[in-house]
Amino acid sequence: MLKQIIIGAGLAVTLTGAAHADNFTGAGATFPAPVYTAWAQAYKGATGNELNYQAIGSGGGIRQIEAKTVDFGATDKPLKIEDLNKNGLSQFPTVVGGIVPIVNLPGVNPGQLHLTGDIIANMYLGRVTRWNDPAITRINPGLRLPGLPVTVVHRSDGSGTTFIFTTYLAHKSQAWANTVGANDSVNWKTGLGGKGNDGVAAFVKQTPGSIGYVEYIYSRKDKVTYALVQNAVGQFPQPNGGAFAAAAASAPWGKIPGNYIMLIDQPGRNAWPISGATFILVPKNPENPARAAAVLRFFDWAYKTGDKTAIGLDYVPLPGPVKDLIRRQWSNEIKAGGRPVYNGH
Amino acid sequence: MAVAAPSPPPQGQAAASAGNDTLRVTDAQGDPRQPGGDHIFRWLSLTAVLVMMATLLGLVLSLVSGGWMALSHFGISFFTTSTWDPVADQYGAAAPIVGTLITSFLALLLALPVAIGVAVFLVEICPQMIARWLAIAVELLAGIPSIVYGMWGLFVLAPWFAAHVQLPLMMAVTPGSWLETLISGVPNGANIFTASLILAVMILPYIAAILRELLMSVPSHMREAAYGLGCTQREVVMRIMLPYVRKSAIGAVMLGLGRALGETMAVTFIIGNSHNFPGSLFDSGSTISSTIANEFTEATGDMHISALIALGLVLFLITFATIATARLLLGRGGPK
Amino acid sequence: MTASKPTNANFDRFLHARRKLYNYIFLGLTGLATAIALAALALILETLVVKGVAGLDIHVFTMSQPAPDMAGGLLNAIVGSLIMCAIGMVIALFVGILAGTWLAEYGDGTKLATVVRFLNDILISAPSILIGLFVYELLVRPFHGFSAAAGGVALALLAMPVATRATEDIMRMQPNALREAGMALGANRGHVIRSIIWRASKSGLMTGALLSFARISGETAPLLFTSLGNPFLSYKLTQPMASMPTTIFQFAMSAYDDWQRLAWAGALLIAVAVLTTNIIGRALTRGSTHK
Repeated sequence: MLKQIIIGAGLAVTLTGAAHADNFTGAGATFPAPVYTAWAQAYKGATGNELNYQAIGSGGGIRQIEAKTVDFGATDKPLKIEDLNKNGLSQFPTVVGGIVPIVNLPGVNPGQLHLTGDIIANMYLGRVTRWNDPAITRINPGLRLPGLPVTVVHRSDGSGTTFIFTTYLAHKSQAWANTVGANDSVNWKTGLGGKGNDGVAAFVKQTPGSIGYVEYIYSRKDKVTYALVQNAVGQFPQPNGGAFAAAAASAPWGKIPGNYIMLIDQPGRNAWPISGATFILVPKNPENPARAAAVLRFFDWAYKTGDKTAIGLDYVPLPGPVKDLIRRQWSNEIKAGGRPVYNGH
Repeated sequence: MAVAAPSPPPQGQAAASAGNDTLRVTDAQGDPRQPGGDHIFRWLSLTAVLVMMATLLGLVLSLVSGGWMALSHFGISFFTTSTWDPVADQYGAAAPIVGTLITSFLALLLALPVAIGVAVFLVEICPQMIARWLAIAVELLAGIPSIVYGMWGLFVLAPWFAAHVQLPLMMAVTPGSWLETLISGVPNGANIFTASLILAVMILPYIAAILRELLMSVPSHMREAAYGLGCTQREVVMRIMLPYVRKSAIGAVMLGLGRALGETMAVTFIIGNSHNFPGSLFDSGSTISSTIANEFTEATGDMHISALIALGLVLFLITFATIATARLLLGRGGPK
Repeated sequence: MTASKPTNANFDRFLHARRKLYNYIFLGLTGLATAIALAALALILETLVVKGVAGLDIHVFTMSQPAPDMAGGLLNAIVGSLIMCAIGMVIALFVGILAGTWLAEYGDGTKLATVVRFLNDILISAPSILIGLFVYELLVRPFHGFSAAAGGVALALLAMPVATRATEDIMRMQPNALREAGMALGANRGHVIRSIIWRASKSGLMTGALLSFARISGETAPLLFTSLGNPFLSYKLTQPMASMPTTIFQFAMSAYDDWQRLAWAGALLIAVAVLTTNIIGRALTRGSTHK
């Protein structure tokens, strides 16, 4: 009996199949996961090459690319140039999105509630504890806010979404910057931890009087109530592709080493204040140049043909000149044996 | 996990298995047989045993070496503080450790009476034809994958609990009373108590199945003698059968506890994942397993990783102590 | 009892009635306990079956996992789980049966065997997430890649102690007359074990194999750190591979309705697989142990 099992298993195991042309693995941020998986499906259809993208969180993407267990890492929390150099990584953005606060308040519809960064910070610090707090009612004159206690929901896993969100809070609230700070995983003063954007959305949906933060597409798909946030010029824009694009428009692309760009509180009438780009990390001197070339070839293809898909999922593609800039960076930075790993084909 | 019958007492095995494997038996020509083939097989099977022991040793060593940095750095404060701050690289594991212990023991507290009741019902009270099917039904509970429990907990139990237990209680209780502090917590059903409920449902079938096998092993002459004296079923069970299996039963209980301690998936969905020390039963918390599952793939700082592995070591030690006690009490008479 | 007390009939009747009352309460409580257990089962199964069947269609078995809002199924996860469970089972059975044989035959009665049995029980109950951590440090980090092989090894480490225990239990139950007869015919020890005892324990060994399968087919945590996952159908052992539990975990926590439907369908499939193997295992055990 044992013999039969072994033979059977051996046969199954040798079914490795013909070697696919260029299969590669990436891991990291959940923020862009919907668009990366959509691109991967289309890319397989177009070229037969498979991208295996696993959304384990930005921290996971950084960790696994440093350990070289994946071919690229994806992160919403950009690494600073010092860290990039320390680990021999090159960083480039792919799309821009936004983070939207979601609430569960009886009688309040999506897009009705107005909030500011300061108020949100105070909620997450536990200082604003009721929804009919004067700070909130003052900027929502037309809205009847119930006296429910405020329950905040944050991420339980390390996340670039958290990084962008806490950077915004630290920017708007000195108290937040002093006590909690900004990172992909912080020491939250209060609140529940949900796993992934979905965990947060699920908790908010179930808990009256709660507030959470999610990547934009999760606020659309789950039909939760999203709130508006005041931007740098005092407006309350609706969160959508146009608002994120407005935030990206005035960013200093190409001027910051390592592409460390934060789109927090950007000027612009329609700019959404909690926007962010999402980034890819690849090794500068890859041990496997063919794999590295496969990664870059994929993103080049995505830059050329993936805009429509991204827009359909409510991400904002990068402007054309920025994409060319990044291609030049690939040629300059990502080399094997002195020659660029990828130069257009 | 199905359950095998308890092993019958060894019947004179000593002679055959005392390790005497070089039997001097002659072959057809009258020459002594060579036991060469037997040596190979013997060493092969011993190697298999050593592989398994090496695995366990390797597991413990990797936990100790990985967690050493955090443990040596924080010392005793690792166990007594509850600040879990990856930004400042300060790690105190009191909350997950307490969360693990509370959920497991509470689960045991909730499951044990029901498990005893089920086992007794199936063995003594229910007609045996139905009992077989009911036993299979109870074991079905053990066969449901833990992720299903997690999903059911998050999507079904939590909202129900929030709406039908937490909210009414919060409205009915007088503000400022001790009862209010006991049940304070966000009314969304994701808390220590509901996590314990799910764990209780998960360990119930294990304990019930083992107790049932143990009760079935009570010699029938003892039961019949008691009935012959006119005892009611309650008296037979409480005075004769349960005391007879008490020692092994405690071991079975500890096995159930061990299962609850290590459970990851079901708990992660529903415990609320807050690193703060839980303030009440209905407050969210975390367990060691859920913390590791949530943070391991993403932890980037060396100290963070080391702290998580140190947590794993703590969990291993707690489980080890529980199982060791169970084994000592259960002896070898228990099924899986 | 009241035999030696000079009581009146009323007191006797009172005691008797009280005992009867306690008994009824007792019966009621045990019945209630069983009802609670069955109710829990019914509630969980109802959700699982209703939502699982709603997500089932032929695509689940023919297509790999979809991008959001596209059609797809669980083929890559089903195949991945089967491959990794197979690897895990092969390794676990090979090592576990040999180890169990040693415990039952060669080492029985020695101190080493007692220690080994104890440690084996520890391994059975070790939290599966720690096994995942261990295999990550052993097979993923040094080799710079998540792989199906690492996933298979993690599953093997989970199943090994179960196989060892089951093998030892069933072999010890074989009567010594079999062993003595074999040796009297001139076979050496190993020959006796392989040709006679193993053959006699066949159904018990099969049960052990089924129980190991049931143990590992629903495990998620160890696979998260070892085989990672793969949205495409893959047979390569050195690459990440999808598995049912990890895919279900990912889909259940997602924002998309069709992903969640697939998650329930997958959960139903796993539950059916585990329950079927448990039932077959039980049936075989009942067949081989003559009570």
